[in-house]
Formats: sequence, structure tokens, C-alpha cells
Amino acid sequence: MSIAATTARETVQLATGRSRERSPGSLVFLGLLWFSLFFGVMVLVVLIADTAIAGAGRFDADLVTRYDSTLTPERTGFRAGILGSLWLMLFTALMAVPLGIAAAVYLEEFADSRRWYNRIIEVNLQNLAAVPSIVYGLLAVAVMALIGIERKGIVLGGAIALALLILPVIIITTREAVRAVPEEIRQGSLALGATTWQTTWRQVLPSAVPGIATGTILGLSRAIGEAAPLLMLGLASSVRFDPEGMMSPITALPIQIYGLSSSSQDAFQEAASAAIIVLLVMILGLNGLAIFIRNKFQRSW
Amino acid sequence: MKRTSTRWAAASGATVLALTLAACGGGDAGSGEEGSGASGTVAVDGSSTVEPMSKAASELLSEENPDVRVTVGAAGTGGGFEVFCQGQTDISDASRPIEEDEVAACEEGGVEYTELQVATDALTVAVHPDLAVDCITTDQLIELVGPGSEVTNWSDLDPSFPDQEISFFFPGTDSGTYDYMAADVVADESEELRKDVESSEDDNVLVQGISGTEGAIGFFGYTYYEENMDSLKALSIDDGAGCVEPSAETAQAGEYTPLSRPLFIYVSNSSYADNSATAEYVDFYIENLETIAEAAKYIPLSEELYSETQSALEGLSS
Repeated sequence: MSIAATTARETVQLATGRSRERSPGSLVFLGLLWFSLFFGVMVLVVLIADTAIAGAGRFDADLVTRYDSTLTPERTGFRAGILGSLWLMLFTALMAVPLGIAAAVYLEEFADSRRWYNRIIEVNLQNLAAVPSIVYGLLAVAVMALIGIERKGIVLGGAIALALLILPVIIITTREAVRAVPEEIRQGSLALGATTWQTTWRQVLPSAVPGIATGTILGLSRAIGEAAPLLMLGLASSVRFDPEGMMSPITALPIQIYGLSSSSQDAFQEAASAAIIVLLVMILGLNGLAIFIRNKFQRSW
Repeated sequence: MKRTSTRWAAASGATVLALTLAACGGGDAGSGEEGSGASGTVAVDGSSTVEPMSKAASELLSEENPDVRVTVGAAGTGGGFEVFCQGQTDISDASRPIEEDEVAACEEGGVEYTELQVATDALTVAVHPDLAVDCITTDQLIELVGPGSEVTNWSDLDPSFPDQEISFFFPGTDSGTYDYMAADVVADESEELRKDVESSEDDNVLVQGISGTEGAIGFFGYTYYEENMDSLKALSIDDGAGCVEPSAETAQAGEYTPLSRPLFIYVSNSSYADNSATAEYVDFYIENLETIAEAAKYIPLSEELYSETQSALEGLSS
């Protein structure tokens, strides 16, 4: 705490020129740091402000309650896309979370990390997290063909693609969270006669919930903005009914935005800008949930 | 604290498990339903040019019969045929007739289809009304708008044309109109047009630009020209068979080449026969074709072509 405060004060002094250290090198370096910070934040702010202004005319109820409309472009809505994205998130989480947590717990608590095959798994997990999302789209197409479902553009296919996409992220963050549980807790539990299974289930996992939840939700908020893997799976751009099951054809918000933003009609472009803000709000909501869960279940030893 | 956390984790674990099982159960039920073909959904995919028409048809039909559920995608004509020939979609939108290898793919996939022409798409090359040029050949058009073109004066193109500098007003590179001109008319490998142009996604801006600048040229869908005939002049195009002026008639008759093209939907025969939703959607589509084509800003079919489409549909129903 005190170190952070001191560093902060020194930084401020450097920036305002009151510091004694005024060698050109350090000033140039500081300037670069400020530029980096300013550049990243400014680009983001300009982008969001620009989009919000472009879509300002369309922040109305039609935007979220109506389906897309070719006949009345100024009243087109994203109901199908918003619901579709929410359903995708639900089923993605249902698939990815149990699998991801189980895999991470195995690797951390049960696997012998000296075995060659466990090491290969570990290295490949890191690689998988960096694979471009469209590749997961192709993979999901293959999975769908393998389980013999021919119907295109349904909840199941999209959820498989997104689940595969975020699985490595969930495994990696869950492992970090599990590793952060102090060894003494495990030793204590084992010393009282609990089995490894009981220790993991009753001590380690509950303690790791904040980390797991945060990682999972950050993974989900990455998945919700993806359009490329969903396009591979043949998700439609226009659907005029609400999703009602795993096999229900859907569309997703990013796909609708992608379709409309290249439209030649101004009304559609405006609607697309407004929908981008809706998508950002959804992502922000997910991230807020992650912070809430982390704070609520945070433990300190 | 510890107890509640343990319970929370156990409860959430159990919930996740239960939901996963429930979800799997739901999946099985869904696939069973699909097999019987009574789901009432119609899958349309294909050309993004025809997409607005199929969407408009879906929108109009949903007002009358919300039980017919239509999904419309825009994978492109080729991508549409690929899934159509595997039997994954019921209808394929196409901005060109089906090609030989696609016919073979459909045969292999056991998909029989019926081709229905739904509208005509035509580009109009418009110039400033005072310009003393009435007709250009296709080659001149390509030379004029193609990538890397160095023509900046009308007299560069043909010595008989006036000595007048040219200003260009093109649709944005994202528009289907631009794609069509670049990929199908100019047909250069880069699929681009010359870059020293004023560009706008809003066709009305193009109309204003061309009508307000001497020597200006631009192009857009025929319906925009039709609405602004007073302030623009359309160039006739000579594609080897004499000058043809753009009009609904010449486009429908297939004389206005290469700037007009027919738009189709391909309907799977078996889907039309077995899936009442497909049949209802297609019937509705063809019945209201004029309204739908106008909503999507295309040229409706001539009476002759419309009756051809109708008889093709009758062949499909019997």
C-alpha cells in the first residue's frame, strides 16, 4: 500500500516537473508512458462516443422489442439478436463451465505434473487460448457433423463453438484460482481425515469460487461479441421468432450488427450503431457481475 | 461462512448438472421433431442481393401467419448453394443462375429444385443532364470506372466526346451495387474500381452530386434514377448490339446488358412438398412479388416473366 502510494506521488511529481530527476532519458520515457495511456483510452472514448452519436436517434423501445424490418428501416429492431445472444451465453456457460472447472481441478489437484502427457496437455491449453476464433467455428461445424445434426444456425451449434472458444480461458483462470488456495487449507483438511475428493469439493473449490466466476464471466463476455465462428455455423441474419430450445434457429447481435452496418440505407446504419451500444452495455453488465461476485465471495487468509 | 459457501457451491454444481441433463433431453426431443418435418420453420440462405426481398417476404408473411417461421441468411450465392445442395436449407437466394458444378453438387446431394425468377436488378449509369454524351460502349465504361483508370476527361475516352473534365460519384465499397459493378461488369481480379472518386453509401448524395457537377458521372440502382429523372441523364449502354437505354422494359427483356441481371430463388422440391411452411412462404412470396420487389428497391418482373414464374410454381405444386 505504502509503496504504491509513494510510487504514485513520485509519478505525479515527474509529470508536473517538480522531481529532481530530470535526465532527458527519464522524461522521454515518461512521455512515452503518458502517450500510451492517452492513446489507448482516447481511441476507446472516441470510438464509443462516435458510435453513440451515430446511433443517438435510435435509443427507443423499438430497438429491443421489434424484429428486424426491411419495410420500415427506421423502426428495425434487434429483439431476435439480443435474445439469441443471451441464449447462446446460457448454453455456452452450461457446457463450458462444468467441463472447464473439472478439467482444471483434475490438472491442479489430481494430475501428476511430472507425467509427459499431463505436460503436453498443459502446453496445449496455453496454445488453445491463442487460437483464432474462426478456427473454433470450423471445429464446431465438425462436431455438429460428428453428432449427426444437419440443421444449420441453431443454438446448439453456436453454443458448442463459443464453449470451445472459452474453454481454455476458463481452465487457465480456474487453475490460477485453485492454485491460490493456500496449501495449509488442504493439509489441514487432509490431516483431519478428509479424502482428497472431500478436500477438493468442500474446501478448495468453495474458496476458489471468486476467481472461477471472474474468469468464466470474462470468458463469456469475450464470447458474446464474436461473430466469425457463428457465421461459420450458418447463423441467419434475420429471424422473426424467439428461441425456445437447443435446436431453435437463432441469430446473434454481432451478426445483425455486421449485416446492417454495411447496408446502404442510413436508417440501418444508425440502428447498427445503436445496437453496438446495446452490445457494449450487455458486456459491461457481465463484467459488472464478475466484479460483484468477486467482491461478495472474496476470502482472505 | 464456510458452511454457506460449501452449500452454495454444492447447490450450484447440482443446478448446473441438472440443467445440462435437461438441456440434453431437450436436444433429443428437438431432433426428433425435426425429423417429422412439422417444425414449421423455413431456412433461407444465399445471395445478399436477394436477402432484402426474402426478408421483406418473411416480414409481410409474419403479419398474416406468425406460425410460419423463416430464417434468412446472407452467405452469398455460392455459399447458399453449397448448403442448399446438402439439403440444409429449404430455399437458396441467387443473383445468378445456378452453375454446372453446383448442379452436380445438388444431384449428388439428392436435392431437386425449382428455379423461380423473382425480380430484376439493374444499374443505371447517370451523368449531369447537360453533358453531350448519350451512349457509351461496355468497353468504354470499363475503361472509365475500372481500377487504375487514367481517364479524367470525356475527350480522353472518345475524341468525339466534349472536352469536359469528369467528376466521379460512386456508391460506397460496402454496397452490393459497387460489388456488382466491380466484380461482374468490370470483372477485374482486384474486384475494385478507380479510387479518385467521391463516395457515399447514401444514393441520394450521389444523385445530388451528379446533378450539381458538370461532367459528373455515377451509378446506382435503377429505382433511384427513376425517382430523379428530372435532374439526371441516364447513359445508354452499347454491349455490341447497339445502344440500349435503361428502363424496366429493357432490363426485364434482358437487353440492358451487362448492367442488368435476373434475381432468383431456388426452392427445394421435397421441402415444398413435405414442409407446409415452405409451401406457404413460397406461395406468399410469388403472390406478392411486386410489393416485395418494390420494398427491396428492385425492378418487378414483366407480366410475361411473372406468368413464367407462376407456371414454374404451379409445376412445383403438382
